[in-house]
Formats: sequence, structure tokens, C-alpha cells
Amino acid sequence: MTLRPFHQASWNEPILLELSSPGERGLIVPEVEDELRAAVGDPLAGLPPELRRTEPPALPELSQPQVLRHFLRLSQETFGNDVDIHLGLGTCTMKYSPKVNEELVRSANVADLHPLQDDETVQGMLEVLYRFERMLCEISGMSRFTFQPAGGSQAVYANARMMRAYHEARGEGHRDEIVTTIFSHPCDGAGPATAGYKVITVYAGDMGYPEPDAIKAALSDRTAGLMITNPEDTGLFNPHIDEIVTLVHDAGGLCHYDQANANGILGVTRARDAGFDLCQFNLHKTFSSPHASMGLPCGAAGVTDELAPYLPSPTVEFDGSRYSLDYDRPQSVGKIRAFHGVPSAVVRSFAWVLSLGAEGLRQVAETAVLNNNYLAQKLSDVRGLEVSFANENPSHRLEQIRYSLAKLQEETGVGTLDVARRTADFGVASYFPSHEPWIVPEPVTLEPSESYSRADLDTYAEIMGEISREAYEEPETVLNAPHRSTIHQMDPAPHDDPERWALTWRAYLRKSEAGAPTASVDLE
Amino acid sequence: MSDAAVHPYIPNSVPRIRQEMLDAIGVESVEELYGAIPERLRVPGSLDLPEPLRSEYALRRHVEGVLGRNENCAETLNFLGAGCWQHYVPAVCDEIANRGEFLTAYYGETYGDHGKLQALFEFASMLGELVELEAVSMPTYDWASAASTAICMAARITGRSAALVPGSAGAERSSLIAGYCEPWVELATIPFDPATGLLDLDRVREAVGSETACVYVEMPSYLGTIETQVAELAALAHDAGALFVVGVDPTSLGILDAPPRYGADIVCGELQPLGIHMHYGGGLAGFVASPDEERFVSEYPTFLIGLGPTVVEGEYGFGEVVWERTSYVQRGDSKEYTGTTQFLWAIAAGAYLALVGPQGLAELGQGIVERSHYAAQRLGELPGVRAPALEGAFFKEFVVDLGETGRTVEEVNGALRARGIFGGKDLSSEYPQLGQSALYSVTEVHTKADIDRLTDELAEVLR
Repeated sequence: MTLRPFHQASWNEPILLELSSPGERGLIVPEVEDELRAAVGDPLAGLPPELRRTEPPALPELSQPQVLRHFLRLSQETFGNDVDIHLGLGTCTMKYSPKVNEELVRSANVADLHPLQDDETVQGMLEVLYRFERMLCEISGMSRFTFQPAGGSQAVYANARMMRAYHEARGEGHRDEIVTTIFSHPCDGAGPATAGYKVITVYAGDMGYPEPDAIKAALSDRTAGLMITNPEDTGLFNPHIDEIVTLVHDAGGLCHYDQANANGILGVTRARDAGFDLCQFNLHKTFSSPHASMGLPCGAAGVTDELAPYLPSPTVEFDGSRYSLDYDRPQSVGKIRAFHGVPSAVVRSFAWVLSLGAEGLRQVAETAVLNNNYLAQKLSDVRGLEVSFANENPSHRLEQIRYSLAKLQEETGVGTLDVARRTADFGVASYFPSHEPWIVPEPVTLEPSESYSRADLDTYAEIMGEISREAYEEPETVLNAPHRSTIHQMDPAPHDDPERWALTWRAYLRKSEAGAPTASVDLE
Repeated sequence: MSDAAVHPYIPNSVPRIRQEMLDAIGVESVEELYGAIPERLRVPGSLDLPEPLRSEYALRRHVEGVLGRNENCAETLNFLGAGCWQHYVPAVCDEIANRGEFLTAYYGETYGDHGKLQALFEFASMLGELVELEAVSMPTYDWASAASTAICMAARITGRSAALVPGSAGAERSSLIAGYCEPWVELATIPFDPATGLLDLDRVREAVGSETACVYVEMPSYLGTIETQVAELAALAHDAGALFVVGVDPTSLGILDAPPRYGADIVCGELQPLGIHMHYGGGLAGFVASPDEERFVSEYPTFLIGLGPTVVEGEYGFGEVVWERTSYVQRGDSKEYTGTTQFLWAIAAGAYLALVGPQGLAELGQGIVERSHYAAQRLGELPGVRAPALEGAFFKEFVVDLGETGRTVEEVNGALRARGIFGGKDLSSEYPQLGQSALYSVTEVHTKADIDRLTDELAEVLR
């Protein structure tokens, strides 16, 4: 047993509003010059009185050090990829976000740019956008990219909108169905559904991926397109992917490749080479821009020449000496997100690719696949843990694997949510079980990107082995976990109960005064 | 096996370690691990990418060199707003948003990410105080996506499929809302009076009906005006059985009343002004808030974070409220997708609200109003310049009409740029009915001297 003793920070920090000390101030806003004030008087004196705020909002009143200390305590109670071995978040491609890239985007030349500045004043930013677009075209084989979608889901949605515009322009607006697969990311169904499509979901065959025949059966003259992840969340690469693309094309549909987690295939295989018409990369996943607590994302959406006219406006163009934004795009789907999306994510990813080059990107992919298979090898000793579809499909997985703890659950009564909670006691983020529905029972999805060392992988395997031992020998330890985390076990039931859920402090106060959720819960 | 050199971002790029790992797996090469990818799908040779800048110094030098071609608003006097505004970002907000733990965490996890979830819950709680509502969503992509979602929610809540939206919401926000709502809600635009900026009540009266899910208005409008008829608009919506949805700039809420006080059922808006740099538009993040009633809460597509008890008395925990609602579960049956949006900015906005407090927020709003009116007054003194061009009350933005100067906004802005000033957003193609007009944004970052300088330079330009 070489696992280190661990306890996460546990400050029992009150809710910020509880800390309020009337009269304290955390910030003095810029003061108005007397002369200016005298010149204008009270400009809103004529406003109907009912529009003026008479009762100040009940914001906390705190001095600056109190605010800072509160938030730094909360940060200490947060695992991030900077802090722990974060490989448990399969499908998320957690990886190192280089600090130098953070310094680049904090400069006034990124942070303090207004999105409507004249093109002449943002030549540096436009150059980054233009050059990174060329890089992604090379990496994917596509012809053009937009960085406007502010997230992977929004990029999938944008591509669904482009599919619709394409079909409508060809007089085929009757095509109102999208085909996706059950192990593809949920947004591959949700994005097109939001755009008004009916979505058909194809299940995996015996090999753990959808077979061409199953896709074919879902196609018709109403098919607008296919939206698919490959490898899907199982980590199994579908070797029939180009046949599937051809089937969809033959039915008159377009094909979108969800490349949120492209980490295992950079420089190995490309979307366009398999025939795809559209794709998306999540810059906050594969391309190292930080995940930012579910924030600051960019879904880079790529298309072929044929679909380029439908890209959101504006695109970035270069005439050999000057970069410009082109809004004159009559067939464009228009705007998908305000202004230019999240360009700071593009700056970071641009710097990341520049630091690696072609060889380095290939090394990222190879290391991600090597790490994943090495971790699988180490985990093969963990009792009760199995690789999904391992018996049916012996192929090596690429960058991630969906495991199953069904055997552990059956033999010990300890399920995957119990194990996930327990991992927090060992100083690693609770792993991601699976997207819904849980086709693989008691799922565990691990994605050890290139950022983790062999020692990290050994440690993670050791943690899983120790929890498995506990499940067989002292299941209560796992069932009652966590024990060394910031907080103790929580009853999730109130979150589904309108009488007890609390989305804000004011709701919590009202409901607890009514006697709802204040008492501690007994989970037994 | 690639024989590229060891890279500092990749621990297992050391050849010896790689070999040992391959041995442990029991394969000869990484190539064997790629066996599932058919040869016909392989990239032949190497990608054509720039040579790597392997040293951090070389990388920094290069990228800083490229970005150095920008002119930024920290050095240039800026009056652009129009949906993204230059406000002062307190150092503490940057310190908190830059913390590695928050910056590199991901999805909500009750135990390991407790602190992050608490910060997000506190953001929602403080925003709830600002708008006096008990249910607040996690961030949407921007104000437009918040408004789109609020309108779609209203349609689902009421079971109706039409909505009225203001003609004064700006071309970009209007087109974003229209594109998003198109499969679900039929939108009709409420015209505004080009003399005052106020919405046309008669047209609302004509248009609301039994199919109207909501009337959506903005406070202040994209054109900066304060809609003084909100009580009448709310009554028209409610009399038709529709909801009243209000989009707000939260920096106005220290001096303007919480929208539910004048009838709002759902409030949405933009977080960027609350302690977030503009980031060339990347600083935007939207929010949606409503009463804490099941019929509202169950229609949110966004993440919702709730506070609840643990097994230890008095200890708080956090988790996802009604997770089954979300597109992560509904997949192809979703009405609206969700995903990774702009959560870090919610943490920053929460820190901002905690720092500024109730008194600071009131002073902020009052100071903005005084400065913007001073700017309008000064610009209005110039021959041929009409400012404010709309007669109604305004908050931090106002329309400047240059028509009588005989110059276009484009010409004037080009001349101002040469003098180190970013003039207001050109409205001439967006709102042709306003002629050669520009939308000027004045906030707490502008001193009297800045405004006087703008006035003097503009006078020179127009001479």
C-alpha cells in the first residue's frame, strides 16, 4: 500500500450571503467629478418613480480581503486538472493547459479588445483566427472552419443548421430527420433536435459500435444527415466509418463527425478522408484550452467547400497583406453566437499547436492511446472491473474506455456511484460514469490523455484496486464514502423535489423556514 | 513509434518510459494499438503544419509579436458598446477567475468540486437578489441565447407558440433569437418610435392574443433607452395570458427596479459587465431567472445547481437539480441543447457582485447615468450633432446622429481612430431609419477628461 494519506480541504465555508457585515465595502467604484455632476444634475429625475429601485438588492456587504479569502477557500475545495490526476473524466479530454497560454490571453491585446473594433485595429487577432483555421483544415482535411460556436454542443447545433440550409437551398427542405448513435455524445441528438429535426438513434451492434446495416435501416429520403462520434465513448474505433458515410451520402444525407475527443487520432486519421462533410473540434478538450469549470469553450466547426457558403458570418479572410471579416455571405446561416464566439480559446489552442508542430501532435495522439492501453492493462488486475465489449471485440481501444463495475456490484452490492464517491477520498476527481442511458451497466469512463505520467496511471490503478478490495472486504467503507472529502455524503433526493430543491439562497431560506430541507438526512 | 523529442507537456514522451509501457501492454509498437483504423483511412506521412516553437520563450515571443499588432481598449479611448461593454474589472475578480483550480475544473461533481459548486450557487443567489427571483440558471452562451431560451421556455410553460420581441434589440441579437426560436416559436417584432426609442404600445395591443406565449422587452434597450411603459406592457401580456419576459443589463439594477416589481415573470440578460473583460466578445455570458415554481424550473434547459443537506447536520452540499430535464439525458428528444458554456464568468460575476455590494451597485449605476448624460450633452453642443438623438431616458448608451454634419459615421469613426479614439457603433446599416447615427457607450471607466477629449477631437474632425 503506497497510496498517500489524503484529506481534501474542508473549510465548512458559509454561504457568502451569510458572511455579510453591513457597512463593509469590497470595492469603491470610480467617483464622478463634481464638475461633471453639477453639469448634469439628476438625469433620471423625470423617470416614473416606480422604475427607480428603492429597496437595494440584498447583496452581501464585505471588505475586499473577506471576499478574496472566501473564494480562495472555495478554490481549495475544488479539484482541477492543475491539482489532481484528473483522468477520470472520460469524454472530457482533460489535459494540461499551458500557463504561458494563459499569460498570452490575459494581455490587454486579447482581454481588452472590443468585438466591434475596426478590422485595422485587430490585425493580430484576425491573423491568429486565420492561421489557426488553416491548421485545423490540415488536421481534419476540411476546407473551412468557424470559431463562432461557443462550445461543442453549439458547434453540433451550428452544423445541423448548416445541413438544413444546404438541403433547403437544393429544394430538399423535406429532409427532416437526423440519424445519430447511442454511444455518440448526447449533443449529437440534442443539437439537431433544437434545430427542429426529428432524431433517430441507432444502437451499437455486437462489436460495440453501430454496424453499417443498422445505419442503413435508419436512412430514407427524409434523412438530412448523420451525426456521429468515432471512436464513440467506448473508445472503439468503428472501422466501417467510411462505408457508413457512403450509405448516408447515397441516401442524400450529409455526415457530421463529432470530434470533441479527437485526442487519439491527431495526425493519424482525418474527418475528410473518411468522407465527412462537417466536423467539430472542442478546443477546450483536444486542443488544451482550459475547461474553466464548464466555461470558456470553443466548438470549432469545419466544413467542405460545398458547405462553406453556409458557415456563420463573418468569416476571416486574408488578401496576402491584410486580414478582414467578411459579412457579405448571402447563403450563410447567419449568427450562431454573438460576435466571434470565444476567441481567447483560439489563441490558446493556436499557441498549443505551435508548440507541438506535426510531430508533436502525432506524439500527443500516440501517447494518449499508449496511456489508455497501459492504464487498461494495469486495471485488468482490479477485481470486479471489466472492459465493456471486451469479449465481443478484442481491438485495442484508442483514447478512452468505458469500463463496467457490474460484476463488482453483483458480488458486493457496491455500485459505480459508490466507487466514484470513494475515489474523492484518495485525492482524485470522481470519475465520469457514462452519458445516459447507461447501456453499459455500472459504467466507468476513463480517458488518460497525454498529460499524465506513468506514475499517475499507476497511482490511479492502485486507487481503483484499493477501492475494489474495500468493496469485497469492507463494503461499508465505500457505501458510506466519502470520508476524507470536503463534505460528507449527500442525499440527492431534494434536487428532484420542488418542495426542497434550492437554486438560490433566498429560496433556501424560505423553504428552510417552512421546515423543508434544514435537518440532516439519514441515508440508511 | 514517433521519435520526436521529449516534450514538456507530455510526461510519457521519454523513449525509455514508452518502451516500458509498450512492454507492459505486450505490444511491439504504438502502431499495433491503432490496428482498428484501416489503412485506407490513415494520414499518409506527416501533417503540413508550421515547425514547432519548442521553447516557451520562442512561443511567447512569436505569439506576442502577432498579438502586438492589435490596438486595445486599455490604451485607446473606447466608446463601443452595443452588447459588449468596457467596464472596470477589479483585480480580485481576475485573481479568482485565474485560479488554477477554477480554471481547470470541469463538470459539477458534488465532492471533489464542492468549492466550485458553492461559488456557482452563490453567483445564482446574488443574481437572484439582484432580480428578486428564486430560480437562476447557470450561464448561457450570451444575452441572446438567454433571451432565446427564456422565450422558448415561455412557449413550453404556456403551451403557446407565438412571441413578441422588440425591434430595438439590435440586428445581431434579433437575428440570433429569430434563428434559434424558428422551429418552435413564431416571432413578431414590436416597432419602436425612432424619435423616442419607446415601443409601440398600440402594436402590442393589436398583436397579443390567445397564442402569445410571451412579450419580451429589454431594459435598457440595445439603443440604450429606458422603456418607461413596462407596467403597461406587462399588463398587456398578462391580460392575454402571456408571460412578460425582460432582458436586463445588470449594471442598471442598482438604480432601476427589479423587473418582477413591474411585472416580469422571467428575467434574462448579460453577465459580461460584472467584472469580466471583453475578450473580443468572449467575455459574454447570459443568465435566465424565474420564480421557483415547478412549471418554470422544469422547463430550463440549462444546468441548475441546488443546495441541500449532507449526513452531517448543518453541512451544505451541492448537486444538479432535476438533471433529467437536460439534453444530456433527453438526447434526441430534447427541446433545447445544453453543454459547456461560460461558467468561469459566473464565478467572476459572483465575485464582482460580492465586492461591489448594494451601495457600490447603486453608485455604479448612478455614475454611469451621469457620465453618459454628460457625454450626450457635450456632444450635442457640436454643430450638426444631435445627441441624444432619441428623446427618451437612457442608461449608459445613447444614439448620436451625425446626419446634419454631412459626414458619415464611417468617415467620422475613421478620423477618430486616427486620433486614438474608437467612436460609437455605426448604426447606419443596422437602423437606416436613424440615418447616419452611432451608438455611444459611456461607463464608469470614462472620466470627465476622457469625455471632454472625445468632444474636442470630434469637433476637430467635423471642422
